[in-house]
Amino acid sequence: MTSGEKRGTFGVLVVGVVLGIALWGGFNWTLDLTNTEQFCISCHEMEATPYNELQETVHFTNRTGVRATCPDCHVPRPWIYKIIRKIKASNELYHHFVTGEVDTPEKFEEKRMDLAKHVWQAMKETDSRECRNCHKFQSMNLEKQQSRAADAHDPYYWEAVDGKEPSYTCIDCHKGIAHSLPEGFDPTWNSPGEG
Amino acid sequence: MKKMIVTLTTALVVLIFSGAIMAGAVDSLRGGQALTENAKEPAKKDALVVKGGIERSYKQQPPVIPHKTDKDEINLKVNTCLNCHSEKTYEAKKAPKVGDSHFVNRDGKVLTTISSRRYFCEQCHAPQVNADPLVENTFQGVK
Repeated sequence: MTSGEKRGTFGVLVVGVVLGIALWGGFNWTLDLTNTEQFCISCHEMEATPYNELQETVHFTNRTGVRATCPDCHVPRPWIYKIIRKIKASNELYHHFVTGEVDTPEKFEEKRMDLAKHVWQAMKETDSRECRNCHKFQSMNLEKQQSRAADAHDPYYWEAVDGKEPSYTCIDCHKGIAHSLPEGFDPTWNSPGEG
Repeated sequence: MKKMIVTLTTALVVLIFSGAIMAGAVDSLRGGQALTENAKEPAKKDALVVKGGIERSYKQQPPVIPHKTDKDEINLKVNTCLNCHSEKTYEAKKAPKVGDSHFVNRDGKVLTTISSRRYFCEQCHAPQVNADPLVENTFQGVK
């Protein structure tokens, strides 16, 4: 290798590293920027209805002042699932900019059942992964819960009911905790022991 | 003259005493605060949670709610009280069922869903707080 070639290789390496930092950093930075509540509610559809309703709930205002933002529940944390969710979000952009499917509270109300079912389905499929970012069984003190809640969170309780290990996940009982339930919600949907 | 002095003294004594009684014994629930001042802020009270429910005071009384209701929502579209108290779920949730009377509409017809006039639970069923009565009360409900 001549000294010129050496310098060339070195140059390519430096440019590569700088470009790598700039591009990858920029990509992650954009990803983080679009993963904030501020970004979510910059669309009026999100601010007018879901965000407005969230403010009434314990996930926004509570005793300790810890709160959940939109992406805490609606964007997965593991990288690959996060990217998949981000790609799927282009569908939401399409409906926001092109079809305007839920651009008024009335239209949102009409679609609410579909939208809600979609989220419930996703939660069910991932074993309520996003809930478990914060809520962990290992840290749940059943002694401090009301008796009914303590029973329902106790795996031995369910085994005694049907002799099987419980296969329920958070969303099976906790639908409609952060946003209003859709019109026509059947109460049995929050009661997996039934039907 | 003597009679008049006695009368005047008696009147004076009565006046002084009645004044003292009025100042001391008659105290409004508001406390001794001037009307021009703001009332004292009442102490914060926690919602009363009673396992097994609170007994009624008389037979036709709508039972009071023995748990928190701050997360519940009742509006035109949804009534989250029914998540546990509906006839479909009360057994699994171990909650009292909505009374049969709640399915009868004003024409006496029995409906399959809750009658709209019974839909707003908290119109009759009240959540309770840990609050002592302001004055002593010896009321006892019908047993």
